[in-house]
Amino acid sequence: MSQDPHCHDFQKGAKKALDDERLQTLLGRTLENGFQKKRLQGMARLPEYDRLRDQARDLKNHVLDHLDMYLARFETEVMKAGGHVHWASDAAEAREIIVEICRKAGAKTVSKGKSMIAEEIGLNDHLIANAITPVETDLGEYIIQLRNEPPSHIIAPAFHISKEQVAETFLESHPHLDPARDLSEPTALLSEARGELREKFLRADVGITGANILVAETGTAMIVTNEGNGDLTQNLPPVHIALTSIEKVVPTLEDATLILRLLARTATGQEQSVYNTFFTGAKRPSDIDGPEQFHVVLLDNGRSELLGSEFRDILRCIRCGACINHCPVYGVTSGHAYGWVYPGPMGSVLTPYFVGIEEAHPLPGASTFCGRCEEVCPVRIPLPQLLRSWRVRAFERKLPGGASGVVQRIALGGWAMLARRPWLYRPAMSLGVGLLHKLAGGRGAFRRLIGAGGWTKARDLPAPQGGTFQSRYRKGER
Amino acid sequence: MFVTCLVDLMRPSVGFAALRLLARAGAEVVVPDGQTCCGQPAYNSGDMKNARKLAQNVIEAFADFDHVVAPSGSCAGQIVHHYPKLFADDPDWRSKAEDLATRTFELTAYLVEHLDLNDSGAVFHGSATYHDSCAGLRELGIKKQPRHLLATVDGLILNELEESEACCGFGGLFSIKYPDVSGAIVDKKADRVEKAEADLLLGGDLGCLMNMSGKLRRRGSGVRVFHVAEVLANMTDGPAIGEDVDA
Repeated sequence: MSQDPHCHDFQKGAKKALDDERLQTLLGRTLENGFQKKRLQGMARLPEYDRLRDQARDLKNHVLDHLDMYLARFETEVMKAGGHVHWASDAAEAREIIVEICRKAGAKTVSKGKSMIAEEIGLNDHLIANAITPVETDLGEYIIQLRNEPPSHIIAPAFHISKEQVAETFLESHPHLDPARDLSEPTALLSEARGELREKFLRADVGITGANILVAETGTAMIVTNEGNGDLTQNLPPVHIALTSIEKVVPTLEDATLILRLLARTATGQEQSVYNTFFTGAKRPSDIDGPEQFHVVLLDNGRSELLGSEFRDILRCIRCGACINHCPVYGVTSGHAYGWVYPGPMGSVLTPYFVGIEEAHPLPGASTFCGRCEEVCPVRIPLPQLLRSWRVRAFERKLPGGASGVVQRIALGGWAMLARRPWLYRPAMSLGVGLLHKLAGGRGAFRRLIGAGGWTKARDLPAPQGGTFQSRYRKGER
Repeated sequence: MFVTCLVDLMRPSVGFAALRLLARAGAEVVVPDGQTCCGQPAYNSGDMKNARKLAQNVIEAFADFDHVVAPSGSCAGQIVHHYPKLFADDPDWRSKAEDLATRTFELTAYLVEHLDLNDSGAVFHGSATYHDSCAGLRELGIKKQPRHLLATVDGLILNELEESEACCGFGGLFSIKYPDVSGAIVDKKADRVEKAEADLLLGGDLGCLMNMSGKLRRRGSGVRVFHVAEVLANMTDGPAIGEDVDA
């Protein structure tokens, strides 16, 4: 399911998530006790982890410097292997290319491996509108497709849903099965999904997957999965489409292994994903299986423009989800609050680019700048700095809410005006602090205070101790 | 010494504690009059024009000193890492900003690494837990220094805080703009603080400490909140942050 952006409602979405106790429990369990701990354990098993991060950063920067060259080589190699490369400048073009390939194949059903690019271009809705039924085969994607929900995380799309909810969904969506069956255990859910999906894999006319990495020297599209559903999506239908974006290319197979060493480890603490599938070309006469046709759809969708902008570093992103897993804001709001495809810090950098800062202005503000996202990023993307760049743009455009509401602009401007003039600032602040101190009486904090509503909504406001440091220091206090 | 605006206005005792610690460690300290705020609120709100003006003010106020020390990892980090970026297109101011950046330090790091202070001389009979504030931790590597100094406080037991490196949800203006989100983050922090079962919660940044003490007080928790400098300077007799005067 694709999403229309509703990022301007971030505060509302966040509130909804905060009021959802079940979701809050899931978030704590999955992030702090799951992804975060596993990443630390994964790092501890690889002493050269930090060195690999530097290498990966340099590799990605090198690729971005020579993107045209590596993409051209990739195209040549795909063609040599009997495949086709389609260049899509935007989402609409990519959707059309895919529908056209499906039409030519006479496709009624397509099976899909997990692909965030498919979400980015709203592919499923478009396929349905063209009388083609998409079936998601990643377990998480399958679950949210049945529930008609968008993903809430880039690697764990259904992690906002408890296993009890999955059981309910399956009972509703699989009416041909025994309604009294026991779905209390995750294994029961898994085997039921597997049974349902098996038939769909076999029936699909076209298989669509994403690609985590493209290898220029061999024309290979590479994906990682933990369920093997990607392999079945690629191999069983007569046509395979790899839908991917241009920044995923790396020069060589060896470069791909560098990314692979970081990707799963940073995401889930795994040494490697369970399945690392390198897919090159269509079925050759000597192959026993594989699709008759292999298509790669290379999506730009603004990325070449991003390449020439101050946000260029975000193109290094390998979609591991670490910044999301460690973000304190995501940790209490979950993904849907962000209002579009990509959540968390990486999403708050990307989303304004795709949907416009006018729509997405609350997102760059929705960060405490704690810096943990940058600390955990395997390719060292300076996420807070990129978010700050968006705040500059939002401020320049005087956008409401987020980082630059009217009241806040006036308050900030007033503060800056005073703070630039110590001779004015000192008496003004002494006066203000004195008043607040008196107002507090002997109380150490305010429960409510006019003008401090935002602060006191969540917590008491400690009262000033009395006198400014500067005035007391000037009077000789030490 | 750079006092920081929050210390100047909200809790001068942190400034006096820092003065005493620096003096104890043998430094000659001056607090210049021309300083006000490092400009972080403007900088992080995308108001680069005012951020630059406030930075110029600080750069000028501290032009004549060998070292600049601040009782805040956040404000010191702002000067060290962000001032040079503010003047990327202005070679003259950039070199001044870079010069100041090399001379600026967070208080506990300066005490330990430059003045070799190995004994605070303080006494506190009880337990404390420590929150690693984000900017100090990640921009300046402040982690061991305050713990090294706290270990010299006679009678003090440090109970490490679970997820001590997780953000408290303050984030400057973030706490005002996104009160629900910020409130939920600081609630999680307060849970852990209570779990640590310490008498005191300590940290190196007044913003985070005000946030956490405000939440702890709202929850009716008895944990007392101090800036680490106050404990090290033996100034825990008075009210803690957010505590009533007669408490």
